[in-house]
Amino acid sequence: MTMDAGTTGGLLRLATAGSVDDGKSTLVGRLLIDSDSVFTDQFDALGGTDGLEVDLALLTDGLRAEREQGITIDVAFRYFSTAHRRFVLADTPGHVQYNRNTVSGMSLVDAVVVLVDVRTSLRDQARRHLAAASLLRVPHVIVAVNKMDAVDFDEDRFTRLRDEVLDCTRRLGVEDVVVIPLSALRGDNVVTRSERTPWYDGPTLLKHLEEIPAGSAAAAGPARLPVQCVLRGAEEPARFYAGRLGTGSLAPGDEVLILPSRTRSRVRRVRRLGDPVDQAEPGQSVEIQLADDVDVSRGDLIAGLPAPVLTTEFTAVICCVSDHRLREGEPLLVKHGTRTARGVLRDIRSTLDLTTMSYTPAGAVIGGNDIAVVSILTAEPLPIEPYRDDRITGSFLLLDPEDGSTTAAGMAGAAASTDSTAELAATGRTC
Amino acid sequence: MGTAVTLSAVDRPVSRSGPTAPSEPAQLETLESEAAHIIREAVAESQRPVLLFSGGKDSAVLLHLALRSFAPSKLPFGLLHVDTGHNFPEVLAFRDEIVERHGLDLTVASVQDWIDSGRLSERPDGLRNPQQTRLLLDAIRTGGFDALFGGARRDEDRARAKERVFSVRDPLGGWEPRRQRPELWQLYNGRLRPTEHLRVFPLSNWTEADVWSYIVRHDVPLPPIYLTHRREVFRRDGMLLAPGSWGGPRPGETLTTLSVRYRTVGDMSCTGAVESVAKTTEDVLREVMESQVSERGATRADDRLSATAMEDRKREGYF
Repeated sequence: MTMDAGTTGGLLRLATAGSVDDGKSTLVGRLLIDSDSVFTDQFDALGGTDGLEVDLALLTDGLRAEREQGITIDVAFRYFSTAHRRFVLADTPGHVQYNRNTVSGMSLVDAVVVLVDVRTSLRDQARRHLAAASLLRVPHVIVAVNKMDAVDFDEDRFTRLRDEVLDCTRRLGVEDVVVIPLSALRGDNVVTRSERTPWYDGPTLLKHLEEIPAGSAAAAGPARLPVQCVLRGAEEPARFYAGRLGTGSLAPGDEVLILPSRTRSRVRRVRRLGDPVDQAEPGQSVEIQLADDVDVSRGDLIAGLPAPVLTTEFTAVICCVSDHRLREGEPLLVKHGTRTARGVLRDIRSTLDLTTMSYTPAGAVIGGNDIAVVSILTAEPLPIEPYRDDRITGSFLLLDPEDGSTTAAGMAGAAASTDSTAELAATGRTC
Repeated sequence: MGTAVTLSAVDRPVSRSGPTAPSEPAQLETLESEAAHIIREAVAESQRPVLLFSGGKDSAVLLHLALRSFAPSKLPFGLLHVDTGHNFPEVLAFRDEIVERHGLDLTVASVQDWIDSGRLSERPDGLRNPQQTRLLLDAIRTGGFDALFGGARRDEDRARAKERVFSVRDPLGGWEPRRQRPELWQLYNGRLRPTEHLRVFPLSNWTEADVWSYIVRHDVPLPPIYLTHRREVFRRDGMLLAPGSWGGPRPGETLTTLSVRYRTVGDMSCTGAVESVAKTTEDVLREVMESQVSERGATRADDRLSATAMEDRKREGYF
C-alpha cells in the first residue's frame, strides 16, 4: 500500500520470499527478536522457556496446518520497528503451489528479501521469486545468502552464488539489488555485523533496510485520485470527492481532468479527513472540492495533467490466483481503481515461465498459478496506464461475474494500439 | 515443526523486550489514510454495512476514523454490539454516550435476553464469551448485514496475522484460511455470493502502540476504565479479575483493592486488569511502550487455551 513520500524514515513495506527450507521464517523471527519486537509471553510460547532453544518459525507460522506441516502457507504480516524506521513485513510462502500468495505479498512493497541457501545453486523457486519481484516492479531487491554458518563462512561459496544471483537479476532488469551473506540461525549480518565475514564490507540486512528510500516511485508523476464516494454535509451544499491519492499532489487552483467524462475543472479546496489542508500528498486519503459544478461519482478518476488515455482494449500480464480456469472469450469483471467494468478475455497470447523468464505460445485455457500475456476488452473505457509508470492505475483484478471471486491480478502493458506483446516480451529476458 | 530452525541462544543471546517507541505522526497518518480508504471501499462495495462496537479502544478508534472518513456526511452505517451481560457498566455507559453524541443507530444483541427467554442456556462454566458468536451470526442474519467492520489487528495473534483486510465468511461466519482471496495493491474485492458476508478490518496493520499513539494525538474518547482507578480485584491464573455477577471470586480467592487499568475491554470473566498509575492516555502510552508482555497475553484468558485458540474460534465465526 502507500508509503511515506520518498523518505528514508517512516514506514517501509517489505516482503520476504524464498524456497522451502531456506530459513525464511527463521530470518523473520531473527529480525523480530533482534529488533526487540517480540513480547516476553510470545517468546516464551516458542517452546524454549529456558531461553536456550526456541523455534523462530513459530513466531510467524500461526495456522494449525502450518504448524502441523512445518511450512508457511499464507502471507503473514508482522510489524516491527527500530530507532530509525517502522516496518510492515509480509512473510510469503515458499512452496510453488502457494505462488499466488507470494505475488500478493509483493504487490505493493518497497523492498523484497529473497532468501537463498549458500549450500546450493540458485534454485528454481528463488528464480521465480526474483522474476516475480521484477514483474511486480518491486523497487529494491535484497538477496540474503543464508546458512553461511553451514559452510564456515566461506567467501568463495558466497561469491559463487552471488555471481549467479547477479547474473539472474541483470537478465531480469532488476536495477537495485544487494546481496548479503548471513546466518539467520546464528544472527550473523542480520542485525549485527559478523566477525566471521571479515571479507564482506557491505551493510547488514537491517542496516540496509533502514536506509532504503520508501515510496519514491509513488510520489512522482501527475495526480491520480480514484473517486471512492461523494460526501455532502447537511448545511453545506458543496460536494467533496473522497479518495486516496495515488501519485502526484493536488492543491487549490490545479487543473484536473475528470475521467471518463473528460470534463475539465480546477481544484477549489482540499481536505484531509475533514481537516482543511493546503495540498493533498501521495498516499493520503483526502476530499477534493472542484471549482465547477460537474458530474463526478464513484468510479471516476480525477487526474492531473497529462491525464491517462481512455481505452476499451489493452494487453496485460495476468497472474492467475484461483483454481478457476480462464478461457478465451470468457466474460469477466475488471476491477480497476474504484470502477468495476464488464469485460471479456479476448485472447491469451502466451504464458510466462518464471523459471526461465521465457514466453511460450499458450493454449486457450489458463489457470492455477499461470502467468500469461492476454488482451482484454471492456464494455466501458478505463483510464489504464502502463504498470511500469504507475502501480495504482496500471493494476487491476479480474473477477468471476458468477461468484464474485478474484480470479487473476493484472498489470497493464500499453493500449492495444501499440504492439505491447512485443514490448512485454522484451522485458522478460531469460534468466 | 521446523526441524532445522531452532536458535541456539548460547551462540548469541537474544533480547526479550517489546517495541519501545511511540509511533511517529507520519506513520500514523499513513495508517490513518489506509484505514479510511478501506472503510470507504467497504461501504461502497456493500449493501448494508455495520460497525461492531464493543466500546473498547480499537472500536473507539475505528469509529473515530469512520466519522472522519465521511465528514461532512452523516455516518452511513450503524453500530452493532454483542452484549454478554458481563460487560463493564462503565463501558456500556460510554457506548450509549457515544451513540447519543453522534446520533448513531445501535443494535444490541443481548446474551442475557437470550438466556432469559430460553433461547440459550447458561454454560456449566458460566462463560459467555463462547456464546457471542451465535448471537453475532443471528444479528447478522436478522439485520441483513453484509459487511461488518471490526477493530481487530494483525499484531494481536498469529491467526489474525494471516487474515485478509476484506475477509469473506461463509453463511456460518466461518473463516477458511486456505481459501482466502489474494489481496493485491489497493484493490479490495467485496463481491459475495448470497448468504456470505464480509468482515472488514481497517486497523489490520496497526499495532497496540499505534492505537495508543493515535488516541493521544487525536484525543479519542475512551471508557474511563482504561485509566488508573481503585478497584477490588482477585487473582486467578495470574490475572487480576474484577468480581461481578459473572461468578467471581470463588472460595479461596481473596479480594484486594489495587490501582489498576484495563489494557483490553471484553467479557468480565476473561478480561484481566493490570496494575497501573496511568492517569492520562499519555501515561498509558508510556506504560504500553515499557510493557514486556503482549496485550492478549497479559489480559485475555480466552487466548491461553492453546496456540491456535484464535484460529479455532475464527473458523467458528468469531471475529
